[in-house]
Amino acid sequence: MNTLYFLQHYWWALVSLLGAILVFLLFVQGLQSLLLRTASTPQAKDLVCKYAGHKWEITFTTLVTFGGAAFASFPLFYSTSFGGAYWLWMTILFLFVVQAVSFEFRDHAHNLLGARTFEILLFLNGAFGSFLLGVAVATLFSGGSFVMEKTAITDLNEPAISYWTNGWHGLEGLLNPFNLLLGFVVYFAARTLALLYVISKQDNDEGAEAFRNKCRRHFPISAAIFVLLFVVFALWLCLRSGYREIDGTMTEVAFAYWNTLWTNPWILIILLVGVVGVLFGIVRQFLPKGEARNFYWVGGGVVLAVWAVLLSAGFGGNAYFISTHDPSMSLTLVNSSSSLFTLRVMAIASIAIPFVIAYITWAWRHIR
Amino acid sequence: MNSDSLILLSRLQFALTAMYHWLFVPLTLGLGFIIAFMETKYYRTGDEFWKKMTKFWMKLFAINFAVGIATGIILEFQFGTNWSNYSWFVGDIFGAPLAIEGIFAFFMESTFFAVMYFGWEKVSKKAHLVSTWLTAIGTNLSAVWILIANSWMQYPQGMAFNPETARNEMVNFWDVVFSPVALNKILHTVTNAYVLASIVVIGVSAWFLLKHREQLLARKSIKVAGIFGVISLLLLVFSGDGSAYNVAKVQPMKLAAMEGLYDGEKGASLVAIGILNPEKEICEDPAVAEDPYLFKIAFPKALSFLATREMDGFVPGINDIIRGGYEFTDRDGNTYIEPSFEEKKAQGTLAVNALKDFQTAKAAGDEAGMAAAREVLEANFDYFGYHYIEEAEDLVPNVPVTFYAFHLMVAIGLFFFLTFGLFLWFERKDQLEGKRWLLYLGILSVPLAYICTECGWIVAEVGRQPWTIQNLLPVNASVSGVGAGNVLTTFILFAVLFTTMLVVELRIMFKQINKGA
Repeated sequence: MNTLYFLQHYWWALVSLLGAILVFLLFVQGLQSLLLRTASTPQAKDLVCKYAGHKWEITFTTLVTFGGAAFASFPLFYSTSFGGAYWLWMTILFLFVVQAVSFEFRDHAHNLLGARTFEILLFLNGAFGSFLLGVAVATLFSGGSFVMEKTAITDLNEPAISYWTNGWHGLEGLLNPFNLLLGFVVYFAARTLALLYVISKQDNDEGAEAFRNKCRRHFPISAAIFVLLFVVFALWLCLRSGYREIDGTMTEVAFAYWNTLWTNPWILIILLVGVVGVLFGIVRQFLPKGEARNFYWVGGGVVLAVWAVLLSAGFGGNAYFISTHDPSMSLTLVNSSSSLFTLRVMAIASIAIPFVIAYITWAWRHIR
Repeated sequence: MNSDSLILLSRLQFALTAMYHWLFVPLTLGLGFIIAFMETKYYRTGDEFWKKMTKFWMKLFAINFAVGIATGIILEFQFGTNWSNYSWFVGDIFGAPLAIEGIFAFFMESTFFAVMYFGWEKVSKKAHLVSTWLTAIGTNLSAVWILIANSWMQYPQGMAFNPETARNEMVNFWDVVFSPVALNKILHTVTNAYVLASIVVIGVSAWFLLKHREQLLARKSIKVAGIFGVISLLLLVFSGDGSAYNVAKVQPMKLAAMEGLYDGEKGASLVAIGILNPEKEICEDPAVAEDPYLFKIAFPKALSFLATREMDGFVPGINDIIRGGYEFTDRDGNTYIEPSFEEKKAQGTLAVNALKDFQTAKAAGDEAGMAAAREVLEANFDYFGYHYIEEAEDLVPNVPVTFYAFHLMVAIGLFFFLTFGLFLWFERKDQLEGKRWLLYLGILSVPLAYICTECGWIVAEVGRQPWTIQNLLPVNASVSGVGAGNVLTTFILFAVLFTTMLVVELRIMFKQINKGA
C-alpha cells in the first residue's frame, strides 16, 4: 500500500467519521422537530429550545468542518456535487442558516417576527434539514446525473469541470426511493435520539416531567420506525450494485457494498457493533435499568453504524459518487482526492482531533 | 465562455454574502477580547460591577455571533455551489486552511462560546474566564485561517501546477501560511475589527451618557475600548502601509485603481481627496486624453514611497500595466520588463494549449510529447489565466468603486484617531457627560466604522477583479456550470433572508442596549 493510497483512505475514514458524528448530533434537529406537536405547551417548547440551544453549535460546527474536510481532502467531490446538485445543497443551506439565528432571536422580546416564527423555522430545520441531509448522503450510493471532465478548463467555451445534465440540480434525488429511504432513516434516527435525550434530562418541575412522559409514549413508535427503515436500507444497500475501476475501466459490480463489507470484515464488525448498540439502547429503555445512558448507547451505535455505511461507499475501490449519465466519470477515492502533500499536511493537523474531542466532551458535560 | 449574467450573478451573490458576513464578524473579533479583559478584571478584583459589564457586552456579542456563523457557512458552501471550477483548480491548496480552521478554530470558538454564555453558574469562575478567552482566541484564529486562504488567492505561493490532474497542488504549506501578504492582511483585518468593536463600545456608551443611564459602565467601557481602539488603530495604520506596499508588488492594477492612476510616473503623488473624471477611459490617445480627476488634493511623491519605498520610484498606472514595457521589481526582488497584456495573453494561451497537448500525449502514451508540453506549460504558467481574458479592458477593475472605497476607508480610519483621542482625553478629565457634541460624535462613529470596514473589503475584492486567483484564474473560468436563473433565484432568496436577519438583529440589539446592564 503506498502512502497516497493510505492517506486517501485515512481521509475518507475521517470525513466519514465526521459525517457519522454529524448524524448523531442531528438529535438537535430531532429536538426541533418536536416543537410543533410533541412539545405542545409553552413550557415544553422552552425546554426543547433550551436543550437544543445549548448544543446546536456543536452540530453546526461539525457540519462546517465536515464540509471543510471534504473540500480539502476530496475537492473533486465538493466541486462536482455542490456545483451540480445546486438546489439540493442550497435548500439544506437555507435550512441550516435559519437555525443558526433562530435560537438567539426567539429568546428575545421584540424580535420583530415573533417567537412562533422562529419556532417554525427551527421545526423546518429539524424536520427537513435532517431528512435532506439523508437524501444528500444517499447520493453517495445512488449517484447523480453529472458530467465531469478534468481538462475542461482547456475549453475556452465551456471551461467548467463539471455540470449537471438536468435542470433539477439535485432535487430529482427526491424522486429516488433509495434516497428517500435514507432521508427518513436519518430523520427518525434524529427524532429517536431527541426523545431519548429529553427522557434522560433531570429537570424536576411538573411540566418537565409531563413532557418526559409524553416523549416516553412517543419513543416506541419512533424507535420502531427507525429500526425498521434502517434494516430495509441496510438490506437494500447490500443488494445494490456499484461501480469500481477495474483495469482502467469503470465497471458495474453486483453486490458491491456487501462485497466491501465482506472483504473488509472490520467495517462489518463496526456496523454490527453499531446496530447492537442501537438495539441495546432501545431495548434498555423498556427495562427498569434507568434512562440516563440510553441516549448515549443509541447515539454511539448510530455513530458506528453510519460510519460503517459511509466507509463502504468509498472503500473497496467503490466509486463513491456515481455519474448516472456516464459511469466512467464517477468519482473514486483515487481520482478525486487532494495531492499526497496536502493529505499529509492535513493528516498531521488531524492529530489535534482527540484534543478537540476532549474539550467538547468537557463542555458537553458542564453545559447541559 | 460562461454567460456574463451567470458570472455577474455569481459574483454578486458571493459579494452579498461576504459583505453581510462582514457586518457581524468584526464586532465579535474585537468585542471578544474586550469582554475577556473585563471578565479578567472581575476575576482579579471580585468586583460584581465588572461581571455586570461583561454580561452586558456578552449579550451583544452573542447576537452577532449567531448571525456571523449563519452567514459564514454560506460562504464555505458557495465555493462549491457557485465556484466549482475554482474548487477543483485550487482546492488542493485552498481547502486545507478551511479544514484546519474547522478543526482548530471553529470548534474552539463555538464550544467555549456555549460555556461562556450559558456557563456562569455551571463551571468555576476560573474555567469560565478561560472559556471567555478561548472564545475570543478561537474567533480570531478562525479569521486568521480564512484570511490566509484569502491572501493566497491574491498572492498564490507554495504551489505547483500538475498537468496530470489539471490543477494546482500545494508543495509548501509554510509558504501558504506565512506568506508576507497573509501576515500583513491578517494584522490589517483583525486590527480593523478591533477598531470597529471599540467604536461600537464607545458609541453605545456615549448613548448611555446622553441618556444619563449606566454612567459608570459607560465611562469604564469607554476607557477600555478607547485604549484598545487606539492601540489597534496604530497597528491598523502600520499594516495599512504594508498592505499598500504588498498591493503595489503583487496586484499593481489594484493599486492603480485605488488611486485612479492611469499613467504611471516617478515620484507619484498620493491622492488625499479627489473626484474622478467619469469621461476618462483606458489607453486613450495621449493627444486627446482626459485628465483622470475633476479635482484632487494630493501628497507629492507619497504614492511612490508607499509603493516602492523610494520617493522617486516608478508606480505603473492602468495604461502602463496594459501596455507593459516598464521595469518592475516584484515582491521577491526579481526585476524584469513587464510584458504587455497581449504578450501575457499569448503566454496564457500557450500554457493552456500546452496543457491540452499534454493530455493528448498522455492519452497516446507519448512520453516525449508529455515532457515537451510540460516544459511549455511551466515556462508560461505564470500567465495561465490571461487566456480567458478577452480584452485589455477586462483586466481593469471598477475604478470609481475601488477609488472611492479606498479613500473613504482611509479618511474614516484617520478620523477615528480624533474620536479615540477626544474620548480618552475627556474621560481622563472626567468631563465626558458635559460634552454632548462629543457623545453625538461617538454615536455617529458607529455607522462610519461599518462603512469603513466594508469599504476595506470592497477595495480588496473589487480591486482584484477579474481574478479569483491572481493571474492564474479569472472569474469567468471559475464559475460553476449552473444556469444564471438558478443563481438569480438564490441571490434574491439570500438578499431577502440576510436583510430580514439584519433588521431583526438590529432591533434586538437596540432593545438589548436600551434595557441596559
